[in-house]
Amino acid sequence: MSKLYSGAEIVFKSLEDQKVEHIFGYPGGAVLPIYDELKNHPSIKHILVRHEQGAGHAAEGYARSTGKPGVVLVTSGPGATNVVTALTDAYMDSVPLVCISGQVPTHLIGTDAFQECDTTGITRPCTKHNWLVKDINDLPRIMHEAFEVATTGRPGPVLVDIPKDIQFAKAKYFKPKKEKKLKEKSLNRFNQKDIDQLVDLMKKASKPIFYSGGGVINSGPKASELLRELVSLTGFPITSTLQGLGAYPGDDDQFLGMLGMHGTFEANNAMHDCDLLINIGARFDDRITGKIDEFSPKSKKVHIDIDPSSINKIIKVDLSIVGDVADVIKSITKTLQKKNLNLEKSNKQKISKWWQQIEKWRTKQSLNFINSDTVIKPQHAVQRLYELTKDRDTYITTEVGQHQMWAAQHYKFNKPNRWMTSGGLGTMGYGLPAAVGVQVAHPEKLVIDIAGEASILMTMQEISTAVQYNLPIKIFILNNQYMGMVRQWQELLHEKNYSESYSKALPDFVKLAEAYGCVGIRAENPDELDEKIEEMINTDRPVIFDCHVDQAENCYPMIPSGKPHNQMLLGPNDQEKNKISGKGKALV
Amino acid sequence: MVKSKSAYSPPTNLGKLDTHIIVVWVTNEASVLSRVVGLFSGRGYNIESLAVAEVDQKNNLSRITIVTTGTPQVIEQILLQLKKLVPVHKVGNFKRDDKNVIFREMALLKIVANTVKIKKALITCKKFNPVILDQTNKSAVIQIIALKKEIDNVTKILKPLGLVSASRTGAVAMTRGAEIFN
Repeated sequence: MSKLYSGAEIVFKSLEDQKVEHIFGYPGGAVLPIYDELKNHPSIKHILVRHEQGAGHAAEGYARSTGKPGVVLVTSGPGATNVVTALTDAYMDSVPLVCISGQVPTHLIGTDAFQECDTTGITRPCTKHNWLVKDINDLPRIMHEAFEVATTGRPGPVLVDIPKDIQFAKAKYFKPKKEKKLKEKSLNRFNQKDIDQLVDLMKKASKPIFYSGGGVINSGPKASELLRELVSLTGFPITSTLQGLGAYPGDDDQFLGMLGMHGTFEANNAMHDCDLLINIGARFDDRITGKIDEFSPKSKKVHIDIDPSSINKIIKVDLSIVGDVADVIKSITKTLQKKNLNLEKSNKQKISKWWQQIEKWRTKQSLNFINSDTVIKPQHAVQRLYELTKDRDTYITTEVGQHQMWAAQHYKFNKPNRWMTSGGLGTMGYGLPAAVGVQVAHPEKLVIDIAGEASILMTMQEISTAVQYNLPIKIFILNNQYMGMVRQWQELLHEKNYSESYSKALPDFVKLAEAYGCVGIRAENPDELDEKIEEMINTDRPVIFDCHVDQAENCYPMIPSGKPHNQMLLGPNDQEKNKISGKGKALV
Repeated sequence: MVKSKSAYSPPTNLGKLDTHIIVVWVTNEASVLSRVVGLFSGRGYNIESLAVAEVDQKNNLSRITIVTTGTPQVIEQILLQLKKLVPVHKVGNFKRDDKNVIFREMALLKIVANTVKIKKALITCKKFNPVILDQTNKSAVIQIIALKKEIDNVTKILKPLGLVSASRTGAVAMTRGAEIFN
């Protein structure tokens, strides 16, 4: 007879079999048996966070920077409810997470017991799937299935709720079955005909564009390599969503920059005017499309995605290819080569006109801003940060708001998995704990959270985690004392009624850093910025960098409300030239 | 035009609404119905009726029949989203006016009235194979099996004849001929 293991042991045995090295969590009454078992499994390191939301975001940062699933361990009731924001965030941005939560003993479920909540009920809409383990004999199967669901197809979070009595109960353990595929859920569903059709469209196109997204990152580093090969083989321009940054080199000439609400003038105009739009692993998010009726009106649209439900959800497409991005791109490239179609050469003439048009748009230099000698402009701060860190393999996380968009616009990513930001859910407070998770996965690398002072205060407590584990993360706060993006919208859309967007009281971030046992640095004028950034980079401890920036700066360019891509609002430089007044103002 | 203060795209013109019957085979496990129903409510889809029961004890399968209305785009989304749920095995989709599919709904109708009215009520139901499940000298419970529209009509007619309570199952569906759905 094979050996019997307790539920807690089974949890760890399956984590070991899934090659989990780190878990992020917080103990409590209903998970104590699992925490008790931790000491017997030295290959698994537990990172104690300060709030369960932090555990979730740290696991997200860990997952997004490594491609491996992030593992979270929390207790019942408040432990589980605190992690809901992170689960929803992971669900929106397709991040593989496995969350294990404790639950009150089976016989107390439904009695409003201490720290009881309907965890599987609450997390059902924000996970790919979840399980309440009612029989210890189901636990090994459920644990393995949890990892499989989280990581296959379009990745996402899952949750396993384990009542305390099940953690004590005993059962046999079995290892995960290899190569067991979830029926029809992870399969490529395209064939050569689809690829041929796409290649045909590519051959005919005279104004083509690639629009790539987070799916390329999720498909693995190989997909990014294949994408680069395809783009160079075709000579087509490429733009990227917020989540896709890094899949294609940010400083390459064929890259038009990010598209969407705060995307570049050239990327958005190219999207609007193109005659062939090839979406690779993106989902036509509303921050990308602008007004749906007028989205890219003249183009044939192709959508490559692993999730069939992404197709035709928002934008009707002419050709859909359901499959893993890497596999699809490989087939396209192969077909192009087999047919000996070097589009870069054969299509050159047709496309060169398109490139001329793009170059014309580029001359607008839509990311430009009016720099200052006296006050640090936030864009300037990000640019300097980029220049001073670009030679290292730097990992960037962000919070949510203006600073996030400036980071996306001015920090150029050359590799996938280097950019962790909350796009779909837009979770303020994401960046600090995410940086913790990234640094845990990459202890020797430079990890910077480009932050805002309002966001950072939402999960500030996790700096304590960073100090505890000697994680030298850098919190680079663009401090304008406002919830900047809220203030910008209030200025542009609500007649400058800055309702509750100013923080009248803020902590002294330098002293706060010292109180937490890390290093505080403050920069107040442009002259000292470089020197202070160098100091931050050279500090081998966690740093809070309080960068005082222009309070009134707005994030441009911007697609104003309900407008299509070709009606962008440009920055003050351009506004000065064109003197938008009267009627033009209504565009906002 | 009123100046928009929202950065969300304004609603686009809705397509034509169609009624569809969606059949879902699921593993019969705890909370599976709530996953399916939660998908509908969470994404704003409509449920006109819902019928569910275990159909295969050995393989632990339940069959859920949902009647819903939506634009073609919404119906397509419903099908694709349902297929993503882990306990869902397969999903069938039929238009309500599909001639190759039989739709039926059962109703139990309680009439409280004198025998004359009860007799009239039975005549009204004649087309739908009425079965009297219970009868006293001042009441009757009649079972009929028909289409939703037909039951709607019958209950309207039966109101003045003493219908006090109606219990309905919601539609279930089966294809005609030897074919089964895939």
